[in-house]
Amino acid sequence: MFDRYMICEQGFRNRRQGEKVLGFEFGARLPYYRGLGLSMVEDIAVTVDGQALARTALALRLRGRRWTVAELETEYEERWEMGEVAVLEVDLPGGLKPGAHQLELREQLRISYLPFPGGGQDTKTLVLEA
Amino acid sequence: MIAPAHSIKRGVSLYSFQEEYFLRTLSLEQCIATAASMGALGIESIGEQMMPGFPKLGDAFYAGWHGWMRQYGTIPVCHDMFLDTLFYKHRRLTHEECVASVERDLQHAARLGCKVVRMLVSVSPELMESCLPAAEKYDVKMGIEVHAPWDLDHPWFQRHLEMIVRTGTKHAGLIPDMGIFTKRLPRVVRDRALRQGATPKVVEYVCQAYEAGIMREYIVAEARNMGGNPAALAFAESARHNNFSPPRRLTEYCPYMFHLHAKFYEMLEDGTEYSIPYEQIIAALKAGGYQGYLSSEYEGNRHIQDAFPVDSVEQVRRQQAMLARLLGESAASTPQLATH
Repeated sequence: MFDRYMICEQGFRNRRQGEKVLGFEFGARLPYYRGLGLSMVEDIAVTVDGQALARTALALRLRGRRWTVAELETEYEERWEMGEVAVLEVDLPGGLKPGAHQLELREQLRISYLPFPGGGQDTKTLVLEA
Repeated sequence: MIAPAHSIKRGVSLYSFQEEYFLRTLSLEQCIATAASMGALGIESIGEQMMPGFPKLGDAFYAGWHGWMRQYGTIPVCHDMFLDTLFYKHRRLTHEECVASVERDLQHAARLGCKVVRMLVSVSPELMESCLPAAEKYDVKMGIEVHAPWDLDHPWFQRHLEMIVRTGTKHAGLIPDMGIFTKRLPRVVRDRALRQGATPKVVEYVCQAYEAGIMREYIVAEARNMGGNPAALAFAESARHNNFSPPRRLTEYCPYMFHLHAKFYEMLEDGTEYSIPYEQIIAALKAGGYQGYLSSEYEGNRHIQDAFPVDSVEQVRRQQAMLARLLGESAASTPQLATH
């Protein structure tokens, strides 16, 4: 439904801790027309420049809290609201080189009333912010 | 002025403005104000869509909501519920948990001032029956959504009606979605298929066959026989998700209806909807003595956003103008339509 807006145009940058580059992050939204409890976000998958990243390398940051993809499964309180921008953190030691990169994001959602798996997919080429 | 021979009212489901809300170009308050500017005073809302924090909305939220209703002269009409039966990964909600979830929505509707909750099409008559005491407690009616590809005469809704008749309840009924009267496949869906490279002659066949009422199974099979590519076959499959039944069927069901969704995909510049025959629909509702709202539900955005800017506000404005015309409202009663 809103697949084309899943990857945000802004917020694509390397994550640093002091001199160390831990990986990168970007803004992400649900493709769905309503918000969803995090326990129903079944899976998140990210590919950068054709390279699929491990599920364990991903974490979701929302309103100051942070969950690994595995931890989402048992988060029964917080919701990811409709159109709300979360930050997807990716562990990738050394980060990404300056310039343009192709990002692919897939989100698999457990939507109770649909007789098929829910979710969506978006691909965008973005320039890494300084 | 001659009094209208009906008491059908106009409203908007804020679902219609999902594209603008998603991109944060319209806030909840602005969605309400926009509906009011069209003379569509009945507001249908989706807590899980435009009310962040739902179901834990504080007193301040509800106070603000009622403030907007006063400010814009609008009326809270319907809340759309969802039911996360798959909330937990490894088990379904129990019946009791489902009842509790519905009660949560009934309470929310009551706090908004709504008299109606739109129940998901998948809610069973057994669950509805178990929720009747809560619906009575909050004095909110539960309407099961009659949604394409099914129609009013489908056994699922007949079972709901059996329950309603057997219990004699005044707190359950039907909320038909006018998508069940899709006479022609939406042009916006057709054009998107063509943009995706669907075999044009197959697309043309599917449209003609659908309009001719040919059974979907034959349409899908013929699209394959014609050598349709994957995009064309996906379009043929979309015929299965749509439905047309004669709008006059509404008349018989009006006693069980207190709300409906005026679904639409594309309002044309001449003030008609491409797929759905609203003139026949309104005539059937008048004949049946329907007294609820026509709640605009725009769903074209998802089919055009890949190629065109979405203007849900203009689309709803055109539909509201059409509804006002078909309801016989005088120009004086909707001054905003001409000037806004």
